[in-house]
Amino acid sequence: MRRGITATALVATLALAATACGSDDESGGSKSSGELSGTVTWWDTSNVGSEDKVFKKIAEGFEKKHPKVDVKYVNVPFGEAQNKFKNAAQAGSGAPDVIRSEVAWTPEFADLGYLAPLDGTAALKNDGDFLKQAAASTKYKGKTYAVPQVIDSMGIFYNKKMFADAGVEPPAKIADLKTVAEKIKKKTGKTGLYLRGDDSYYFLSFLYGEGGDLVDAEAKTVTVDSAEGVKAFGVVKDLVDSGAAKTDATDGWENMMQSFKNGDVAMMINGPWAVADTLTGKEFTDKANLGISTVPAGSAAQGAPQGGHNLGVYAGSENLDASYAFVEYMTSVESQAQAAGELNLLPTRTSAYSKKEAVDSEIVQFFKPVVETAVERPWIPETGSLFAPLNVEYTKVLTGQTTPEKAAKSTGDSYRKLLKGWK
Amino acid sequence: MAVHTSQSVAKAAGDDVARGRSRGTGKSAPPSKLRRALSVHWYAWTMVAPVVLVIGVIIGYPLVRGIWLSLTDANERNVARSIGVNEMPATYEFVGLDNYADALTGNQFLGTLGWTLVWTVSCVTITFCLGMALANILNRRIVGRSAYRMALILPWAIPGFVSVFAWRFLYNENNGLLNKILGGAGIDGIPWLNDPTWAKFSVIAVNVWLGVPFMMVALLGGLQSIPAEQYEAAEMDGATAWQRFRHVTLPGLRPVSTTVVLLSTIWTFNMFPVIFLLTRGGPGEATQILVTQAYKFSFEISPRDFAQSSTWGVLILVLLMLFAMVYRRVLRTQGDNW
Repeated sequence: MRRGITATALVATLALAATACGSDDESGGSKSSGELSGTVTWWDTSNVGSEDKVFKKIAEGFEKKHPKVDVKYVNVPFGEAQNKFKNAAQAGSGAPDVIRSEVAWTPEFADLGYLAPLDGTAALKNDGDFLKQAAASTKYKGKTYAVPQVIDSMGIFYNKKMFADAGVEPPAKIADLKTVAEKIKKKTGKTGLYLRGDDSYYFLSFLYGEGGDLVDAEAKTVTVDSAEGVKAFGVVKDLVDSGAAKTDATDGWENMMQSFKNGDVAMMINGPWAVADTLTGKEFTDKANLGISTVPAGSAAQGAPQGGHNLGVYAGSENLDASYAFVEYMTSVESQAQAAGELNLLPTRTSAYSKKEAVDSEIVQFFKPVVETAVERPWIPETGSLFAPLNVEYTKVLTGQTTPEKAAKSTGDSYRKLLKGWK
Repeated sequence: MAVHTSQSVAKAAGDDVARGRSRGTGKSAPPSKLRRALSVHWYAWTMVAPVVLVIGVIIGYPLVRGIWLSLTDANERNVARSIGVNEMPATYEFVGLDNYADALTGNQFLGTLGWTLVWTVSCVTITFCLGMALANILNRRIVGRSAYRMALILPWAIPGFVSVFAWRFLYNENNGLLNKILGGAGIDGIPWLNDPTWAKFSVIAVNVWLGVPFMMVALLGGLQSIPAEQYEAAEMDGATAWQRFRHVTLPGLRPVSTTVVLLSTIWTFNMFPVIFLLTRGGPGEATQILVTQAYKFSFEISPRDFAQSSTWGVLILVLLMLFAMVYRRVLRTQGDNW
């Protein structure tokens, strides 16, 4: 008897659960009333301790607009997010509904089938408003796979007081950078520049400065091992060998930020994403002490890489409609203006630049023209893969394990292995 | 006492008789070996079956799959995956032994293997010598012996990643404690993790620090099992301290030391966390050992190269099996049997 009852109860529960699931799926989408519900998990990759608080606040604002939606904010360290997302997406479990993807990751995720196409969904409202450069990385094979959230580029951050003590001006060329560093060393005893040695993204402006590039996607040619590439490796090696710059092969980000915030170095190459963190340093309790200037030009050109972050929706999300709406909300003019005002981050929507918050931010105003002339990377699925081999060779050059010639050649060889059929 | 003994003897004798007679009669042909084994041990087999099954699933399946992947060109792009509405079938192909040929003819595998061997041999040698020295010190009656023992076992008690991160802070070139101490003494800071040679030295030092407690405890146990009479006899014969160590201690420690050296070699060869957390294989690839490189292939580069990673994994397994076989054989020729 007992058993019979239990079995019936079990069947009933299962049936309930099944119907509950069924109805959940529908309500997870948009019901006829148009009200959104369910949970949206968002992996944010912004810097902990400065940017994350603001983004969490903005994200929670979505819950006020849609009370039935529960936004789960998760901060994933930038350095781990790409692999973590790939692991989860490939396994088919544990992936977030929305991911903040570095621009170079977007085409790769799209190519692997991890992202949902966004054309015609609620995520892409008024997409004509986006800056052309920002929108470029979101397109793959004729479809849009992400929505640009912030755009950025790089410049030289400098300590105005130290510059005044040494009697120098921000360097416009790499040759000036060396003399400036020398004077700073003589007058203040500090090192001129901190150059990150563990991340080759910080090498790109030197590569562009010598007229080089990683690859030429249109001609399907690997260009990193050209004469310009070799020269660029030589430039960074010389900066470190001559003592104008110091570097690290591990913990580069922490060491760079610590050295600059404590006044141990006078300059660093960095982007708007570092501003909020920099201003927490003891040297910058007076915000006006932070100076920003364009990256120094090489022998051929002056150029910094264009970067930024997009928001993509996981193709396996169980709550696509709410996720689309969340992405739209996070990339709206208001959200972008708020990020510009509180964090000095650059909006991706043209109209956000006329908002008061963006107009008032000196840093946004400084970087706007920099972004417009920044060097775009080719938006091919392999863009994100180009850094792993380059990182190894770049660190090897800086730590004296290889020559610029060998480093360039070895990077080029890895690229040709990666990009089948390229010259 | 007496009653007890007689009883058990009688019982044993009775048993013997019953066994011999009753089973021997009435059987025409002896049953096959397998059947006899089954009929005698069926109960044991049933009890063991779940374990065998579980081991088969959690070790056997990945092993077989790893070997299979090493014979294909599988990577992140061509393996099967299903994400929401996207259903992508597997498109990787069987390529035979190509991956092995690539690994064994290229520079990367052999270069990494070279450093892995240097790393293993130096770590095991230094750990063993230090562990032996400390065990000998602690085997004497010295004041505060248990406090020393506690302190020396401490590295073992701390979770590995915690101590590795602590070391990473110590090693930091600009803000680390080690360079601050050197600076205080007027010595230039050392690029602990930023120079290839120093980085190699640093990872070995950390691994030795982590490995000494195990060696020490194991050898201390071995030392305490050597009978004191042997030392007394040696002393009576006028043996010096060195002679006693050489001819009493070392032979007495043999069973323990051979085992710990084998274990420690295998562990060090595959010591992933120290290298990965301290240097990530850097600077460049200076401290990359075989396992961290295999991990890099399947988790850090993109597209992830599952085939190459499995190939390296299989090669690591083969190398360690060869090592264990050779080691055993050498020991056997020297008179040890285990």
